[in-house]
Amino acid sequence: MSVRHALLALLTEGPKFGLKLQQEFESRTGEVWPLNVGQVYTTLQRLERDGLVESDGDGGAGPQKDFRITATGQRELEQWLQTPPEADIPPRHELVIKVLVALRVPGVDVHQVIQAHRRQLVEVMQRYTRVKAEAAEHDLGLALILDAELFRLEGVVRWLDAADARVGQLDAKPDSIPVDVSDSPNIVASRR
Amino acid sequence: MSPMLELRGVSKVYGSGPTEVNALQDVSLSVDRGEMVAVMGPSGSGKSTLLTIAGSLEEASSGDVLVGGSDLRTMSADDRARLRRRSIGYVFQDFNLLAGLTATENVALPLELDGHESGVAHAKGLEALRTLGLADRASHFPDDLSGGERQRVAIARAMVGNRQLLLADEPSGALDSVNGEAVMRLLRDACKRGMAGVVVTHDAQLAAWADRVVFLRDGRMVDDTMPPKGPESLLFGPEK
Repeated sequence: MSVRHALLALLTEGPKFGLKLQQEFESRTGEVWPLNVGQVYTTLQRLERDGLVESDGDGGAGPQKDFRITATGQRELEQWLQTPPEADIPPRHELVIKVLVALRVPGVDVHQVIQAHRRQLVEVMQRYTRVKAEAAEHDLGLALILDAELFRLEGVVRWLDAADARVGQLDAKPDSIPVDVSDSPNIVASRR
Repeated sequence: MSPMLELRGVSKVYGSGPTEVNALQDVSLSVDRGEMVAVMGPSGSGKSTLLTIAGSLEEASSGDVLVGGSDLRTMSADDRARLRRRSIGYVFQDFNLLAGLTATENVALPLELDGHESGVAHAKGLEALRTLGLADRASHFPDDLSGGERQRVAIARAMVGNRQLLLADEPSGALDSVNGEAVMRLLRDACKRGMAGVVVTHDAQLAAWADRVVFLRDGRMVDDTMPPKGPESLLFGPEK
């Protein structure tokens, strides 16, 4: 999450001081991203140093000092909105490794391993959905955040479903050789 | 109070000999009033069979099915038909609305078939549509409604009268995610008002609306989720 750009976005509405920016950041993100006010001031000082915002004051960051976005800041914000996010290391890759390993460990039921993860993911999705059902109906920011996480988790569950089906096909043809784990983790190892 | 729906060791076998298929094997499930249970599983895992047996549209090969505490096996065919008309509401993926009837007439139909006077049935139908925010579509025909609206009419039909068991098979399968979510929200609300609900789906996002999720695999119930915990730890947990 780019606090820098979130603050620039809030300043497009007009000049604001640090504490107000902190409160608005938290309320606009459905209060799921607590933000320290000290972090707000540090970020504002850097934005000012880089010419993306300007203030009335002398370089300090007093509580009542108003900050304004500059034309450079506007351009930076517009560019950032269109830029694809950096790809995180997907957490599900660890899950992929677990399933690959489970295939090679004698006596381990891969379907059972897959099901254990599927159940845990659906339990997390139930908790997010409960928040959505009860709190997010009139809170667009919160609903969007929960949707993003639910779609991501759903994708992982769908991968598990596909893995389950593929392993099932393998069960039906026992002479097939399962994937050799030692060949595969390079994809992940190279990202660490 | 007994559960609204109870399956005890239910099995279903289709065919015999080399073509025998065990669609359900020793499945037990109990659903209380006010509770919504989702059944997840891949195609061919027995989800829809479970639903048709729970709704008395099909008989189990062995095991007991109790609806509202009554054992379906000991009921006469007439009694089972009456139970289906009065106590059970069905929602299907393809809505199953009658094209020649208006929204109100579709919703009122099960009541009219059950012998209610037409005026009373229509008033109740309209009331059910109003509950689902569809009062202004009451006189529209299904072809004049959007997919989301058609499914809401089907839900109204499944809730109308004094229905207590709501059975839904991929109820939002044909809808986009926002309309699908609206359908799940309505089903959840109907259960919160006291119905017992069983929703069959392969979609984890929709299943997550349920109080409990059970998983079927090759006709067997292999797992179920714990009741959802509070959301606090999720949203305010340590940052990763």
